[in-house]
Amino acid sequence: MELSGAEIVVRCLQEEGVEYVFGYPGGAVLEIYDAIFRQEAFKHVLVRHEQAAVHAADAYSRSSNKVGVALVTSGPGATNAITGIATAYMDSVPLIVISGQVPTAAIGLDAFQEVDMVGCTRPCVKHNILVKDINDLAAAIKKAFYIATTGRPGPVVIDIPKDVTLKKAEFNYPSSVTMRSYTPITKGHPGQIKKAVNLLMDAKRPLVYIGGGAVLSNASAQVTELVRSLGLPCTNTLMGLGAYPGSDKQNLGMLGMHGTYEANLAMQYCDVLIAIGARFDDRVISVPSHFLSSPKKIVHIDIDPSSIAKRVKVDIPIVGNVRDVLDEMLNLLKQTNERPDPKALDAWWQQISEWRAPNSMFFQNSDEIIKPQYVVQTLYELTGGNAIVTSDVGQHQMWAAQYYKFDRPRQWINSGGLGTMGVGLPYAMGAKLANPDMDVCCITGEASIQMNIQELSTAKQYHTPVKIISLNNRYLGMVRQWQEFFYGNRYSESYMDALPDFVKLAEAYGHVGMRIERPADVEGALKEALAMKDRLVFMDFLTDQTENVFPMVQNGKGLNQMDLPPHMRNLQQVASSKERDYGNLS
Amino acid sequence: MRHILSILIENEAGALSRVAGLFSARAYNIESLSVAPTEDPTLSRMTVVTTGSDDVIEQITKQLNKLIEVVKVIDLNESDHIERELMLIKVRATGKDREEMKRMADIFRGRIIDVTEKTYTIELTGTGDKLNAFIEALDRAVILETVRTGASGIGRGERILKI
Repeated sequence: MELSGAEIVVRCLQEEGVEYVFGYPGGAVLEIYDAIFRQEAFKHVLVRHEQAAVHAADAYSRSSNKVGVALVTSGPGATNAITGIATAYMDSVPLIVISGQVPTAAIGLDAFQEVDMVGCTRPCVKHNILVKDINDLAAAIKKAFYIATTGRPGPVVIDIPKDVTLKKAEFNYPSSVTMRSYTPITKGHPGQIKKAVNLLMDAKRPLVYIGGGAVLSNASAQVTELVRSLGLPCTNTLMGLGAYPGSDKQNLGMLGMHGTYEANLAMQYCDVLIAIGARFDDRVISVPSHFLSSPKKIVHIDIDPSSIAKRVKVDIPIVGNVRDVLDEMLNLLKQTNERPDPKALDAWWQQISEWRAPNSMFFQNSDEIIKPQYVVQTLYELTGGNAIVTSDVGQHQMWAAQYYKFDRPRQWINSGGLGTMGVGLPYAMGAKLANPDMDVCCITGEASIQMNIQELSTAKQYHTPVKIISLNNRYLGMVRQWQEFFYGNRYSESYMDALPDFVKLAEAYGHVGMRIERPADVEGALKEALAMKDRLVFMDFLTDQTENVFPMVQNGKGLNQMDLPPHMRNLQQVASSKERDYGNLS
Repeated sequence: MRHILSILIENEAGALSRVAGLFSARAYNIESLSVAPTEDPTLSRMTVVTTGSDDVIEQITKQLNKLIEVVKVIDLNESDHIERELMLIKVRATGKDREEMKRMADIFRGRIIDVTEKTYTIELTGTGDKLNAFIEALDRAVILETVRTGASGIGRGERILKI
């Protein structure tokens, strides 16, 4: 039977088992919207801004391991989506973005609402396609899903001119895809894997470094088994939170710019590092020269060869799907009784305990003013660590990562790579729709939330009763922190005057608003909000304006040169004296 | 160091801009680029001349391989290869210069492919160095116009780049 292009789009999405499409209609996609109206297999969520459509689809994917789908119109609809696409690209999220395009005959003529979407998105997609012939449409969509979900996942844009949605063609959805130019690797090289295991057996100060790739490839069980069976210490990146239980003793916590003291020193001074789906980002190791100043052997497992040896030299590169490679490693370990030298490992753990003892996550709580860390800590306790937490970008994001212990993967949804302000609320909506039975909390700030606050309206329409925890310090907190550290307290444009009354704003959108000004009220308010299972609650916590995120590794410094929280300042020299000690040890 | 990368890529609209975009987005340098379909019309062959340290070239190669349309990439520098560039050069050729110009073209094994009363147009192929040498050998004042393709390269002997 012949179907219109629009009907083909809808049928393809049905074939892929799509549950939600996040989007916004417009001239170029009216045919597709009409076809959506005439079907019931998937639901459409009408956002208030296309950026939010892509973010919501992105969080739907991150929290559920399914593909997120967004649909936008041509021109401004398409360009509004780009921030969302770039966000998903940086964090390797499988996503399909369908954009409308002006009719093929009008392309290139500066038609109304025309933009070269393929050109605009080229640098921030895994792939993009302009479908000019209706006969190619179904195959293009099949290919898009295949490319988005295999290899290193990522967003794929399908740009469809309006006339293509009108024309008719026989509908044939291909059952499989073969592309000579795209054959993603999954299995790692057996010889390299064997070498990695041998290196690990010889390690005196091993460390497992877990990144977002471990979450994306669903390798949490394998990572956990590797770390536990060998008694190794591990650390994770911001994107790797939850891949290994955050509350477990063997986890040293997050590392990097705002990582724990013990994780950063272990990263600096380990002798064998197993990097799993992590890419030595500048926010993690700062500058490579400092990081490599303590000699160490590095094993790097990643599905993307271009992530290996991009910033640091690697001794044993293993290209492959993290889960498959770890399965293979665990098999090898089962066949051998060899284990790393227990004495050396004990000594290493003892060293780590010393680093851990001063508790770099300690903060001085107050009876008078709400400490942001205290809010996150209380939220963690009240939700039993079970909530899905989305965050925006800034100080609150770091506190969320530091004080909420994630024990499961896909529980922590945030923009790690691009650092997109405004993702928090659309992320929460996407995660809630994918996980309707779970508590979804959005930890945000008064500045971030305003970047997509219009989505309170979408949340009302589609009944996504998430909890918004705004740590309101009346500043662009992270900007203020940097201005304090690097710009002599010249707070240029980091202060927000004329903030809205968030309580009234939430109420205006039909939600519940709360303002919490005293530390004594924090717990009660959170309890009350969490108990309102079917209401969105916007909690405006007025927090300490002077609080900063510690530890902090300043740009250009080494992981052993952290700015420490006030109670640890006398420890500054410990790190460098240890460096000399290890010079003799190794 | 100068490297000459050879790329087999799907002959599709936009494929070239993906390669060019990759270089500019990551601040790599393209010295020259030449591209045309191969004996298989669904495939194009691209030759990119670029410079960079071994690490940079490794990253470029990996990033090129990541592009969905790219089928294969090799660095021709890794073994013996041949490279050629084509130049068309239009020179003033009048009076006694006319003979001289013909001789110069012969020495460089160029061919005069267009003649007017006052000009010769010479076709010259060879490495970039040879073409530069020809330009150097001429009096600047006689050169009216030059046009050069990017380098094309191919492995020597049995070494081939094919699917």
